[in-house]
Amino acid sequence: MKLIWQAFSLFALFTCLTGFFYPLAVTGLAQVFFNEKSHGSLIKDEDKVIGSALIAQKFSRPQYFWPRPSASDFGANPSGASNQGPTSRKLKADIDKRREELKAKHDLNLSEVPEDLLMASASGLDPHISFAAAQFQLQRVAQARSLKQESMLKLQSLLEQAADDRQWGVFGEPGVNVLRLNRALDETFGKMEK
Amino acid sequence: MTSSGMLQIGIYISLLLLLTPLLGSYMAKVFVGARTFLSPLFSPCERAIYRFCLINPAEEMNWKKYAWSLVLLTGLGFLATFFLQINQSLLPLNPQHLPDVPYALAFNTAISFMTNTNWQAYSGESTLSYLVQMLALTVQNFVSAAMGIAALLVLIRGITRNKTHELGNFWVDLTRGILYVLLPLSIIFSLLLLSQGVIQNLSPYITAHTLEGLEQLLPMGPAASQIAIKQLGTNGGGFFGVNSAHPFENPTGISNFLEALAILLIPSALIYMFGLMLNSRRHAWMIYLVTIGIFALCASVMLWSEYLPNPALGVAQMLEGKELRIGITNSAWWAAATTAASNGSVNAMHDSLSPLAGGMAMFQMLLGEIIFGGAGSGLYGMLLFVLLTVFLAGLMVGRTPEYMGKKLGAREIKMVLLAIIAPSATVLIGAGLSIALPAGLNSLANQGPHGLSEILYTWGSAANNNGSAFAGFNANTDSFNIFLGVAMLIGRFAVMFPVLAIAGSLACKQAAPTSETTFQADNLTFAILLVSVILIIGALTFIPALALGPVLEHFLMNTRQLF
Repeated sequence: MKLIWQAFSLFALFTCLTGFFYPLAVTGLAQVFFNEKSHGSLIKDEDKVIGSALIAQKFSRPQYFWPRPSASDFGANPSGASNQGPTSRKLKADIDKRREELKAKHDLNLSEVPEDLLMASASGLDPHISFAAAQFQLQRVAQARSLKQESMLKLQSLLEQAADDRQWGVFGEPGVNVLRLNRALDETFGKMEK
Repeated sequence: MTSSGMLQIGIYISLLLLLTPLLGSYMAKVFVGARTFLSPLFSPCERAIYRFCLINPAEEMNWKKYAWSLVLLTGLGFLATFFLQINQSLLPLNPQHLPDVPYALAFNTAISFMTNTNWQAYSGESTLSYLVQMLALTVQNFVSAAMGIAALLVLIRGITRNKTHELGNFWVDLTRGILYVLLPLSIIFSLLLLSQGVIQNLSPYITAHTLEGLEQLLPMGPAASQIAIKQLGTNGGGFFGVNSAHPFENPTGISNFLEALAILLIPSALIYMFGLMLNSRRHAWMIYLVTIGIFALCASVMLWSEYLPNPALGVAQMLEGKELRIGITNSAWWAAATTAASNGSVNAMHDSLSPLAGGMAMFQMLLGEIIFGGAGSGLYGMLLFVLLTVFLAGLMVGRTPEYMGKKLGAREIKMVLLAIIAPSATVLIGAGLSIALPAGLNSLANQGPHGLSEILYTWGSAANNNGSAFAGFNANTDSFNIFLGVAMLIGRFAVMFPVLAIAGSLACKQAAPTSETTFQADNLTFAILLVSVILIIGALTFIPALALGPVLEHFLMNTRQLF
């Protein structure tokens, strides 16, 4: 009987401590020290939320850079991956289809299509593309926005500003943040309707 | 592999080796009740807890009472987790008005979290309220990890104590594990993760209006506090469905490094603590050598395999199921760490790993989660293999086997074998039935050898309490929710109870003084024997299945075969 009380009361105490006070304390500290980050690093236009700097959103118009494919079509609730394996016929078909579509929409005999644009990310929300994938799309974006030759330098510099290097030069892998880049495009060259 | 990748792995290993003795000696102090630098803060809390719960910390338990206490607490954990899930629509902190969780799924999830498996047949953001994530799951993250450590402490006491039935007080071990070790570490890790952009709030989900005029619903929630403990306590159950591949759960290179480091931190430090408590550091270093040796071997194969081109898909690098900020090296390294330790969190989709990387991940789990393994459970699993090695060595020279001066009898060896065979048998029988029955084959997302891998991975993960998945496999059916739940119970308790029983019978014996003829467990001969025993048992049990799954797929991939 005593054993039951001990188990019950200890479980109740730890439920309060680790299930209630601990997450609330961390939430409190988060509001004070990391307010913006703890709410999802949101990008806002005045009061309207445009998106999160950490989360990819869908882009299919030619005047924007496009993110990596998403198995959940950029839905975030829930997001997901294809979970197709290394000998999957379906995955092979997806990759071939994406390659053909990208080749058709990019006027190139210049290079192969960068591989990160052919394969879907793990989260379905990967905010980055590779530098190669950004360069690959540069010409198309410039054409769609009818940018003159002198604006190309500006475009190049926007691309560099949206790049995330390895942290401290060491951790992680570099990439270009697509949403930040596209927003900078709109701010610099104006938003195009449609 | 790139030079920057090697640098990151180098820093990882250095930091792990640096933190291991620090945390290990701290835990050794905590669990014998010595004063530490946190005592002024926590010992008043500790005493208040004992007073409220009518616990006399000086009163010790025999192994049976210890096991009963453990069962009671686990049972309460199951009930709380189960009932909070099936009633979540009536409870507060459910801003998305998510409906009650179906019974079979709630059963599976409750078992999964209380056994430190953290297998997830659901996506957190679309299934569970904030209240359930906090009050049910976060609690089990702490309690199950502390329970594993407690069982390890009992085994250590069984080895070191003589002619006694007293093996410590479960409530005290549990309280100290949470209060002095898991909670402070989790708070520090939470803050580090917050600094990188992991989210932590109680707000409703946010609707974003995208630049192209679409709507995107962004999930929110108290993620950082749960992610910290799920990485540290070898739990691995993600706040979001895609786990640490989700940018809100693992936003940067540094957050990825820290979360990966947290996977191996406590299992690694526990080996050091073991050496201190046994007063046999050389023996502990031999175990460490074996652990890190097998881990390095598996991790190397995985890294090598991940950088091979895939001729079947016609790509140079397999980026399907990977995040760019994390990259190939860190994805493969994490996959190695998370399947060596029974963590089971993922930062890349294991279903899309190259065949041999996926195969090695499976192999590490199938060894019984002893290469680092779970918090506490990894080392007591390894010690079962140590006992078996000592026994086999004794047979070879025709002497009664002794471990640390304690003679090993038939009872101990029977318990060792039970604990080693139970999870393996569960995997093979479960996987065999899944292949034979339509219910198993209907859940497959991939065909050919990869389909077999999906089934084998599912059962290997559940019955060894890992919790990662070849996630294409649809395990959220009533039958899989229930049968995998049972597999997780077997994987946890058919190992833990024999361990407690062994501790009980060893503690009754008097350690004999060492003589010249005593088998030495602190030299390289022992380490080599131990590695052989582990690999031979693992290989004999699972090589046929692995050959037909990942190995076959590797060769077929190179002949451009698709399924």
